[in-house]
Amino acid sequence: MADIKLPANKVQELREVCAKFNHDKGELINVLHAAQGIFGYLPAEVQEIVAEELNVSVAHVYGVVTFYSFFTMLPKGKHPISICMGTACYVRGAEKVLDEFKRHLNIKVGETTPDGDFSISCLRCVGACGLAPVVTVGEKVYGRVAPEDVKGILAEYR
Amino acid sequence: MAKDKKQIRIALRNCGFINPENIDEYIARDGYQALGKALEMTPEEVIDEIKKSGLRGRGGGGFPTGLKWELTRKVEAEQKYVVCNADEGDPGAFMDRSILEGDPHTVLEAMAINGYCTGASKGLIYIRAEYPLAIERLKIAIGQAREYGLLGDKIFGKDFSFDIELRYGAGAFVCGEETALIHSMEGLRGEPTVKPPFPSESGYKGAPTNVNNVETYANIPVILLKGSGWFASIGTEKSKGTKVFALAGKVNNVGLIEVPMGTTLREVIFDIGGGIKSGKKFKAVQTGGPSGGCLTEKHLDIPIDYDNLIASGSMMGSGGMIVMDEDDCMVSVAKFYLDFTVEESCGKCAPCRLGNKRLYEILDTITQGKGTEDDLFKLRNLGNVIKDTSLCGLGQTSPNPVLSTMENFYDEYLAHVKDHKCPAGQCKALMSYIINPDACVGCTLCARVCPVDAISGEKKMPHVIDQSICIKCGACFEKCKFGAIFIE
Ligand SMILES: Cc1cc2nc3c(=O)[nH]c(=O)nc-3n(C[C@H](O)[C@H](O)[C@H](O)COP(=O)(O)O)c2cc1C
Ligand code: SF4
Ligand code: SF4
Ligand code: SF4
Ligand code: FES
Repeated sequence: MADIKLPANKVQELREVCAKFNHDKGELINVLHAAQGIFGYLPAEVQEIVAEELNVSVAHVYGVVTFYSFFTMLPKGKHPISICMGTACYVRGAEKVLDEFKRHLNIKVGETTPDGDFSISCLRCVGACGLAPVVTVGEKVYGRVAPEDVKGILAEYR
Repeated sequence: MAKDKKQIRIALRNCGFINPENIDEYIARDGYQALGKALEMTPEEVIDEIKKSGLRGRGGGGFPTGLKWELTRKVEAEQKYVVCNADEGDPGAFMDRSILEGDPHTVLEAMAINGYCTGASKGLIYIRAEYPLAIERLKIAIGQAREYGLLGDKIFGKDFSFDIELRYGAGAFVCGEETALIHSMEGLRGEPTVKPPFPSESGYKGAPTNVNNVETYANIPVILLKGSGWFASIGTEKSKGTKVFALAGKVNNVGLIEVPMGTTLREVIFDIGGGIKSGKKFKAVQTGGPSGGCLTEKHLDIPIDYDNLIASGSMMGSGGMIVMDEDDCMVSVAKFYLDFTVEESCGKCAPCRLGNKRLYEILDTITQGKGTEDDLFKLRNLGNVIKDTSLCGLGQTSPNPVLSTMENFYDEYLAHVKDHKCPAGQCKALMSYIINPDACVGCTLCARVCPVDAISGEKKMPHVIDQSICIKCGACFEKCKFGAIFIE
């Protein structure tokens, strides 16, 4: 199955995290948060290591990973773009902003551009509703985004 | 300053007034005094104060808080837990986040008081991973409280020990439901289970567990310091105190507000919110998030409280309040919420998993202009079945956005299915861009910007749009300098 070669130092780091949580299967979600922090995403290979360390089945880990939308099995782009689709953002035109991003990058929600630079995902409320509509690129937050602003935002990262 | 006159700060009393990363500033504003006072009383006396205050849960359900504490107290067990629900899943709401970021100690203090009353020595805060700043501030606050001996062993020198840990959510709305939240804290998929048993009997790791919302906790220290009589003097007969709302959408002043229960929607939207943006007309206000409904003009003067909102076909929810204007299409709004529900349904029971999907599909058909009157009948029927037969609160309330908009905006639904028109001009499939030949000067600009070459015409001659090709992107409409293009 080992399609992807995981960097040995990162695997080591993950095993240490599991040890820190006493290999307790009740800590699975905390371990997965840490694992996603280390690898950026949770491919099958990572889930296998977690399953082994916490002594649960891979199916159990997979069941949890797929249940929670915060966890992703696909690598994100270098600049992950998230468009808030919470209600406040929706009524202030988030859908049109999303359409603009999709049009400019020519990808759908959940996809990454072929060069690996950008990916698009949707969020449900980042708690900045006063600034609706809200878009985040990496850690940076953009408020009151209009469809016309999309080109300029992308240009910052090109 | 109408803005200030109508507001009373209880839950938000410290937000913005103290440095949340400095425990001394919290203590300087009577912080941890309520805990000290509680420890001088018996747990029964404290619970009695909370009961007399009339405080009800701010997480949505409105369950009497004192009664919940009493139920957890009465169960005999070696180990009990106190949980703070900081999952704040309603999209468009940020009350809990603001309290956690602006005044984290108030939650810690209240949880300790809860621990004393219920007999729990351990507290857990379940917080969304999407709130990194709140997580950081909580970690700092817990560290400082331990240093000061306000968490840990023998607090205030009494025979009472209590400590708090964090647990993280991972982006699943249903985990805000208390049984799902508990499963998630145990490292499992966050699927709800049937109540009873209630968490107060069997919760985290099978132990009695008292779950309360962030804002509920934020009221506790004030009630103990100022007295239940004072608290109960604010609000309506059955809903005491204040409620924090996240006012958002098409109002001039967006942001957090805290008003006494019994304030009207009109006061909130027009006096505090400053009315509708850009001078547009008020159309609806959505409360209760994906479980709530859309209220309209005729509800503006109803005093806001748990029971009145339910009687009007919506609910309090956690405090999201989204204002909509004449440009918002109510069918699309209902569809937006159903899209949310379909995605967030955990899939455990069929009415919610399949029924909501069907509701969504019917709404989609209607916004595409392919709906019939029979579809409206189906929506109502199916909505009621889902409400009656779903396992948890998510499914039991998910049809509310559809049913309430049908109740209050039936004409708009009819316009979609009978005349195939969207009165608000939001449903793309139901609108056409048309060139008025009398106004068109034939400048060709529109034809050049059209991404699908739907526009044809000779130079200096009126142009026409081929409706079978047009994708309704609106580019031509925005570009025409002569106002020759209109939407029908
Ligand atoms: C689908 C669903 C989502 C919920 N989300 C939340 C939430 O995000 N925050 C919250 O405090 N309560 C939420 N609740 C309510 C909790 O189940 C529970 O009633 C509440 O945390 C109890 O605290 P309270 O009595 O202080 O309100 C939700 C309930 C349901 C059915
Ligand atoms: S009602 Fe929906 S969310 Fe609740 S248990 Fe059933 S499927 Fe899951
Ligand atoms: S841009 Fe306006 S005026 Fe010019 S051709 Fe098009 S419709 Fe006519
Ligand atoms: S709305 Fe868009 S697709 Fe339709 S005619 Fe105008 S530019 Fe072309
Ligand atoms: S709805 Fe977008 S930030 Fe809250």
